[in-house]
Amino acid sequence: MTPETAILVALILPLGGALAIALAGRVSPNLRETVTLVTAAALIWVVWGLLPTLMAGGRPAVEISQVMPGLTIAFKVEPLGMLFAALASGLWIINSVYSIGYMRGNKEQNQTRFYTCFALALSATMGVAFAGNLFTLFLFYELLTLSTYPLVSHKGDPATVRSARVYLGVLLSTSIGLFLPAIIWTYMVAGTGDFTPGGILAGKLDDPAIGLLLGLFVFGIGKAAVMPVHRWLPAAMVAPTPVSALLHAVAVVKAGVFAITKIIVYVFGIDFLFDAPSSGWLLYMAAFTIIAASLIALRQTNIKRLLAYSTIAQLSYVVMAAAILKPLAEVGAAIHIVAHAFGKITLFFAAGAIYVASKKTELHQLRGIGRRMPWTMAAFSIGALSMIGVPPTAGFVSKWYILAGAFEADNLVAVFTIIASTALNAAYFLPILYLAWFERENSGAPEHGEAPLAAVLALCVTALLTLAFFLFNGPVIELESQVVRGFT
Amino acid sequence: MLSAPLVVLLQPRGLAWAGATVAALASFAIALALTIAVLDGQPQVYAMGGWPAPYGIALGVDAFSALVLLVVTGAGAASLLAARPSIDQQIEQERQPLFYSAWLLGLAGLVGIVVSADAFNIFVFMEISSLASYILIAGGPDRRALPAVFKYLIMGTIGATFYLIGVGLIYMMTGTLNLADMEARIGDVVDMNPILVAAGFITIGLALKAAVFPLHVWLPNAYTQAPHMVTVFLAACATKVALYVLIRFDYLVFQAKLADHEVQFALFAMPLAILGILVASAVAMFEGNLKRLLATSSVAQIGYILLGASFVSQAGLSASVMHIFNHALAKGGLFLAVACLAYHYRDLRLDQLGGAAARMPWTCAALVVCGFSLIGIPGTAGFISKWLLISAALESGPWGWGLVAVILVSSLMAVVYIWRIVEAVYFRAAVEGDSQPAEAPLQLLLVTWLVALLNIFFGLFPGVPLELANSTATLLAGFAS
Repeated sequence: MTPETAILVALILPLGGALAIALAGRVSPNLRETVTLVTAAALIWVVWGLLPTLMAGGRPAVEISQVMPGLTIAFKVEPLGMLFAALASGLWIINSVYSIGYMRGNKEQNQTRFYTCFALALSATMGVAFAGNLFTLFLFYELLTLSTYPLVSHKGDPATVRSARVYLGVLLSTSIGLFLPAIIWTYMVAGTGDFTPGGILAGKLDDPAIGLLLGLFVFGIGKAAVMPVHRWLPAAMVAPTPVSALLHAVAVVKAGVFAITKIIVYVFGIDFLFDAPSSGWLLYMAAFTIIAASLIALRQTNIKRLLAYSTIAQLSYVVMAAAILKPLAEVGAAIHIVAHAFGKITLFFAAGAIYVASKKTELHQLRGIGRRMPWTMAAFSIGALSMIGVPPTAGFVSKWYILAGAFEADNLVAVFTIIASTALNAAYFLPILYLAWFERENSGAPEHGEAPLAAVLALCVTALLTLAFFLFNGPVIELESQVVRGFT
Repeated sequence: MLSAPLVVLLQPRGLAWAGATVAALASFAIALALTIAVLDGQPQVYAMGGWPAPYGIALGVDAFSALVLLVVTGAGAASLLAARPSIDQQIEQERQPLFYSAWLLGLAGLVGIVVSADAFNIFVFMEISSLASYILIAGGPDRRALPAVFKYLIMGTIGATFYLIGVGLIYMMTGTLNLADMEARIGDVVDMNPILVAAGFITIGLALKAAVFPLHVWLPNAYTQAPHMVTVFLAACATKVALYVLIRFDYLVFQAKLADHEVQFALFAMPLAILGILVASAVAMFEGNLKRLLATSSVAQIGYILLGASFVSQAGLSASVMHIFNHALAKGGLFLAVACLAYHYRDLRLDQLGGAAARMPWTCAALVVCGFSLIGIPGTAGFISKWLLISAALESGPWGWGLVAVILVSSLMAVVYIWRIVEAVYFRAAVEGDSQPAEAPLQLLLVTWLVALLNIFFGLFPGVPLELANSTATLLAGFAS
């Protein structure tokens, strides 16, 4: 398979999978889940098959159609997108295994719709990852929002529908109200929206306008959850946990920060942006989000909501890293996408496993749970340590790079923010670990053991990945260094 | 094309539908053939009775009329093709042949307006189509349709009269009714005042017919009370034809020769367009009846078309013409889906539609796809015209950003009202205990999905309509400069 075909197959495969899942769902649940797993495995094979080409410096590209003159649906694989696609496709199969355990364990309704929409969302994610220009990115960005809406509103009761309305409302209104004009503005100024190394706007836009355009992009990409457009993420927590785990810790939110990073690197160009004083606000906004979201997380009592606010803070790490506008920091941003994904999916898996096994959703109910669910809580602990950034976990690697970038730029605000947020992360995760492992359970608590095997298996794998990434991150860093090659 | 109604009158009952459909399909095929010819770069002109253009009655097709012709005949063919089950349910057997022949008369009238190159002929065809549509709207089983039609009749007649007064004034000053000839001779007229008055009469008369805000009051009632399939047909093309004549007159006849007409037209059209977009979208957000909601949204969409035209620029015109095409697709599809829903739900208020998605999954999915197109989600036809419109607004000068804000805000309002429908059909609990799956008849459903898929197709490959829209814009803007 040539790399060009592989791109198209990566898009069509989950789409075809969605169709097959919908059909198989009428026959039997087992067949449906088999189709899901086979599709996911095939997707890994296709996407990861692109890696050698990328490592060798290749940039396969395909153009599908010219919608209007200058406006094309085109795909181009570059290191950032490759990383994102590899990550999402790799975690999808683990998440599918977990979903089987979770959805069956909870006896959820409409499981066929769930797996179908999941596959659709993955197809949209691949489109976002491989998009070769702003228009294509926008197309798949919206598809991702729409295909995840049925997943968020899965339960269908009035409270869930209200939350799903917030989810859709925030994401659609920011993307149509801000992202779209930003894209059209870019096309009009630069005459193109293709992602080009070094950017396309250099010399075509003056100073205050640069900051404004950047603002339209950053707040228009609501999926990145930079405050004040973060409200949708806690709202999305009404979804079943596998959705929160893969989509609201990896695919959807990472699509947001990934898009911002990509736009900073390939549309503005980091040197161009670094020389524009009006773009400086982004760093402060991201820093504010990190601190504020961590403070809010401190006050949460529900596990999933706490994780949601922690995600908001961690997303802004990526945005802040990108906004430092130094090569090392850009690499750090890319790595943090991966590192946070491993850690946070583990945490969500654990939260879901606890819910399946014991129906517990609140923090205070976790007293002594470590003895009942040792595997789950061990994985949870690894995830939590990774969030704090303690070695030997993945979170340490990315923090190292971001800090290095911050020092390179002499950016004390960023340095201070990272230190403060590390302390805050510790302040809200360590008490949970203490509660779970060292406190004694209340007497008369209901008996329960571990979650279904499939769920436990999945969360152990991601916990191991979190640890492994600390040791074996060489290829990723090498790949991402290509992004900034040629910059100083 | 024009003799078709007579044929249908002679048909026995059961065949009335078949005859009408065949006639509509044939006219659609002819429209396609004409479009292909126009795309090759040859405008088609046919002189009736063999008299040459300025004296005889000429019919002509250029890029603009080809596109509108496609919309009109396409809407006619698609709605007739799907109409049978819905019409059988709503209209008694004995009245059906008459009903279908009125339908064909309406179609012929609209087609006639589009192809006429003669101001008076346009008036005649306009009256034919209006009279036919009064009959169509009043044809339903609901007696509330009668006051709606009466309102439409009064307003429509005023509009047509205004138009006729304008044409009369111009004829007085120039001595010609042929549009092209008129354009040439206006330059020789010494006293411009009558022409100016004529321009005012014509613009307002046509704006009434086109339901431009605030002259739209007849529209929501008429669309809501009409038989469902008639709504499909009229919503997809009736007001657009009036807009077509409006744009044609203002650009081809007046723009070049009338001093400051550009400014006057922009000043007249733009505020009305903006108000129409915002007010109608806001009203639609709070509307409780599905058909009325969509009808109100039509008023806002007409505002978009007018807004594009009011930029008096090539980009604006091309956006406007494109939106004529795309909105017909989106709204036609939505009303088709409504007709499917109405097959089982007599009461189309949103709070009565609970559980519809479980009973009619395909219908509701089509409803959602067309709704996306109306909102302007990328990948659907609606997005293309939104993109063009925003680009045109940005180019249009200092207030560009304000206009962009208007367009975006109203898009968000569209999200709200479309999502109210989605939540109603997908999440609201069923009102009655009846929850058996009960899809609409296949005939209706297939056409609905065909239109829904076209919405996606033209969102990804808008080549042909875009080319027509662009050459229209070049044609019209060429006269303006």
